[in-house]
Amino acid sequence: MSRHLISIDDLDRAGIERILDRAESFAEVSGREIKKVPALRGRTIVNLFYEASTRTSSSFELAAKRLSADVVSIRAAASSVTKGESLKDTVQTLSAYDPAAIVIRSPHAGAAQLVARWTDAAVVNAGDGKHEHPTQALLDVFTLRRRLGSLEGLKIWIVGDVTHSRVARSDILAFHRMGAEVTVAGPPTLLPRQIEALGCTAEPTLARLQEADVVYVLRMQHERMTDSFVPSLREYAARYQVGDHRLRPGQLVMHPGPVNRGVELSAAAVDSPQALIGAQVKAGVAVRMAVLYELLVGSPSLVAAAVAAV
Amino acid sequence: MSPPTTTPDAAGSTGRLYAAPRPLAEMLIRQAHVVDPRAGLDEARDVLVRDGRIAELGAPGALPGPDGATVVEARGRHLLPAFVDPHVHLRTPGQEYKEDIATGTAAAAAGGYCAIVAMPNTSPTVDTAPVLSALVARASAEARVPTGFLAAITRGLAGEELTEMAELRDAGAIGFTDDGKPVVSAGMLRKALRYQRLAGGIVALHEEDPALSGDGVMHEGAMSARLGMAGIPSVSESTMVARDAALARYEDARVHFQHLSCAESVEALQHAKAQGVRVSGEASPHHLTLTDAEVQSLDSRFKMNPPLRSEADRRALVEALRSGVIDCVATDHAPHAVHEKEVPFEEAPMGTTGLETAFAALYTELVLPGILGLDVLVERMTAGGGLYGLFTPRIAPGEPANLTLVDLDSTWVVGEDGYASRSTNCCFNGRRLHGRVLLTLAGGAVVHQRPMLVAAPVRELAR
Repeated sequence: MSRHLISIDDLDRAGIERILDRAESFAEVSGREIKKVPALRGRTIVNLFYEASTRTSSSFELAAKRLSADVVSIRAAASSVTKGESLKDTVQTLSAYDPAAIVIRSPHAGAAQLVARWTDAAVVNAGDGKHEHPTQALLDVFTLRRRLGSLEGLKIWIVGDVTHSRVARSDILAFHRMGAEVTVAGPPTLLPRQIEALGCTAEPTLARLQEADVVYVLRMQHERMTDSFVPSLREYAARYQVGDHRLRPGQLVMHPGPVNRGVELSAAAVDSPQALIGAQVKAGVAVRMAVLYELLVGSPSLVAAAVAAV
Repeated sequence: MSPPTTTPDAAGSTGRLYAAPRPLAEMLIRQAHVVDPRAGLDEARDVLVRDGRIAELGAPGALPGPDGATVVEARGRHLLPAFVDPHVHLRTPGQEYKEDIATGTAAAAAGGYCAIVAMPNTSPTVDTAPVLSALVARASAEARVPTGFLAAITRGLAGEELTEMAELRDAGAIGFTDDGKPVVSAGMLRKALRYQRLAGGIVALHEEDPALSGDGVMHEGAMSARLGMAGIPSVSESTMVARDAALARYEDARVHFQHLSCAESVEALQHAKAQGVRVSGEASPHHLTLTDAEVQSLDSRFKMNPPLRSEADRRALVEALRSGVIDCVATDHAPHAVHEKEVPFEEAPMGTTGLETAFAALYTELVLPGILGLDVLVERMTAGGGLYGLFTPRIAPGEPANLTLVDLDSTWVVGEDGYASRSTNCCFNGRRLHGRVLLTLAGGAVVHQRPMLVAAPVRELAR
């Protein structure tokens, strides 16, 4: 595995599987009463979040703590970022504390890559603009693999606002890499031109949704209405809401959260046994533990470097 | 007695180019391979420069070096008419931390240019005669290479009121552009084109429909889909080229299309030319050699407007340059400070520097692989002056010495020795290119000389 996790492209299929196998063992730890292992004791992990986030930031924080690392979580509003300090200056300042890893969430594509240029720490992309969110994709693959054993040949439909979704991009890449057939479907105004280049097909309607084994529903944001990408929530829900009327028994439903009930997903679908949404959230901590572990401990080259440095 | 110095006349210009006075060259360039397609030259020659003018062309090795002349032994090197760049940003006044007249024209000299045309999107905008006059005065004191200026079409580039175009012409404006921004209103542009009959001067256009570009930061295509960044579709440019060609036809105006980037724009330009509309077009070295594939690196050096486009667009531009549908090469040299570019791609300002790398990039990517003849490249890199009513550099007796000596066999890594420009945001940074400018004469004066490379063959003849 490369030194950083910035894109799903940093991982081949074997690399993804190694992380998922590791995550299985950490999921077992999460089932214990004392949910902590000493793997990263004495090492520091910085969570640098330039965007509001509940589940991603809390699960990264928990993951680091369960690995016994010291954790510093910085939110844009609470830091000197609001005083106009540049990303570069912030990262260089934080790097002076010699962190083992920096986890970054930014509203801008490529931010994690830039951070990697400016620090010796391992960098984990926790979402950069509309570009990628690789740990979300890993936990999605983890959730599906746990449920079904394998993604090979699985038909996965990703439904909704693909244009503005970093989750969709990382998921398309990861699902495709794991052998699934990926289709994206949504309003044509919210499907990027040439999205097929990522390894998927594109559909403007949900007419063939029943062909899917898994329906992955994206969050529909209200500002897309004001930007005229879709004329109204009402029309969106009528054409693209995933609910019982469109689903057949046995199809699995996923969502990266938080769900707008009654918009992209019907309330009943959220709570149905077909939904894996709770399992996704639960997988978040174990998968992020695995990512941190693989980056900081698991990599043979880094272990060699650590030994050499003693 | 002080030595004779350059004059606008020596530059062969119409008087709208300004440079600091420099001593006129006395030089014999021996046995260079001279390429000037306009003069029908493609052969080894001795070229004698006296009083800043080309005095004589002779058979290789035939001309004696006159007393006091610098003799350049140029066997194996190529002597070309120096280049003209109709599109640079000198960032002066107002953003001298990015570039100023001295550093920008030093970059031009290092790139083999004998004249450049600066854009008016400075701070303040060049939209009144006093601002332009102050610039002219600074160029006359600081410019290493003869420099001309376009003034704004609309005040503050806001697209709402015409500038005093006639007065600006009297103050030295070569023409007009709102470059950096399109003239969004067809009605406003139409007024400018009508007013051109009074003011004269070329109207140059940055073509883009803001409603189609939106908040795009790169070309709309597979790469923008992959990176999740908002795209600028090629039709944002080409629909405006088509619209404004129609306006130029209706008003019988003279219009120049700046930095064309896509196949559809080439089609629109070709269509207008076929109808006899007085239009011309330019393309930049980066659009002719790079594509949006570069943006995968998320390196902000590859962020410019118009954006790097698809391989099909790039090929269409090259073919248009070869056929002459696109008339000339223009660098759109756009310097930005390091701290401005060292931010996430979407946040970075648009633009790449280009003066120091234009020839080498195009020679390496188009001439060496056999896509474009060296003679065609030389023609397109020198045609900008004529299009703007300035002058066309020629290698012929009696012409002012506007000459560039290049070593086509030499390779170099862009940026490894730094840049003459104040800024380093060059999209070719780190690339190994073929072809190095060794010596530049502009307006009859030596403006650039590579110390290491020229030192060996240069000898003062001791008699």
